[in-house]
Amino acid sequence: MDIKVNVREAPGDCYVVDLSGEIDVYTSPKVKDAIGNLIDRGVYHLVINLEKVRYIDSTGLGVLIGGLKRVREHGGSVNLVCTNPQIKKIFDITGLVKIFGIFDSEDSAMKALV
Amino acid sequence: MNQAVENALPELVELRIPSRAEWVALARLAAATVANRLRFSIEEIEDVKLAVAEACTAVIQHEGHGEFIVLTCEALEDALRVRVRDSGRHGVHAAEQPRMNFEEARIAGLGIFLIRTLMDEVSYDVHPQHGTDLLMVKRLSGS
Repeated sequence: MDIKVNVREAPGDCYVVDLSGEIDVYTSPKVKDAIGNLIDRGVYHLVINLEKVRYIDSTGLGVLIGGLKRVREHGGSVNLVCTNPQIKKIFDITGLVKIFGIFDSEDSAMKALV
Repeated sequence: MNQAVENALPELVELRIPSRAEWVALARLAAATVANRLRFSIEEIEDVKLAVAEACTAVIQHEGHGEFIVLTCEALEDALRVRVRDSGRHGVHAAEQPRMNFEEARIAGLGIFLIRTLMDEVSYDVHPQHGTDLLMVKRLSGS
């Protein structure tokens, strides 16, 4: 079990966080650190790419919610890229589809950033 | 389900893991392996994995949890029955967690919500001195 985190700068004061692997109670602190470090540096517009994430649980959702809450305090936004039906289902049943922008491609997620 | 598996049911698998985050993946893998013995779809197996992981995570995130979590998966003819037990002093119910901050409690509540949504039956006993015993059932579609 592992999680790989890659952070890259994108046009328009935006950063993309690529996640790959499984996000659970063991691996989510690594994701939290990566997102937290960006926000600490003043990055408030994020695209988090979940296309290569095979699994996410409530601790992973909590990290994403925490990040969203922090960037919104600065007028920022977090958009997600998600194509895995099982992960989409979790966002759906928890109602998080209503608070995150969830997109099928990184390009559309970038374009939709506030 | 093939005939050999059908003839072998019910089957029971028990796993004891340390109450630490790094072992939760093993618990969900074990549950998925047993679920795979039945006729569950891939999506249903993913539901079981997540429910088991949430149950283990709820235990681990509680102050006063026991040293071990015991996972019992029972493959029945028409359902998978899963028990998650620990020997801690507190329960899995988020509302009973006195030391959680608001954010932690909200996430724990999300975990319990997921368990209740993804499984067909959920019940638990909380013993202040003897830990928690969570029972979950996932029925095969059409049963």
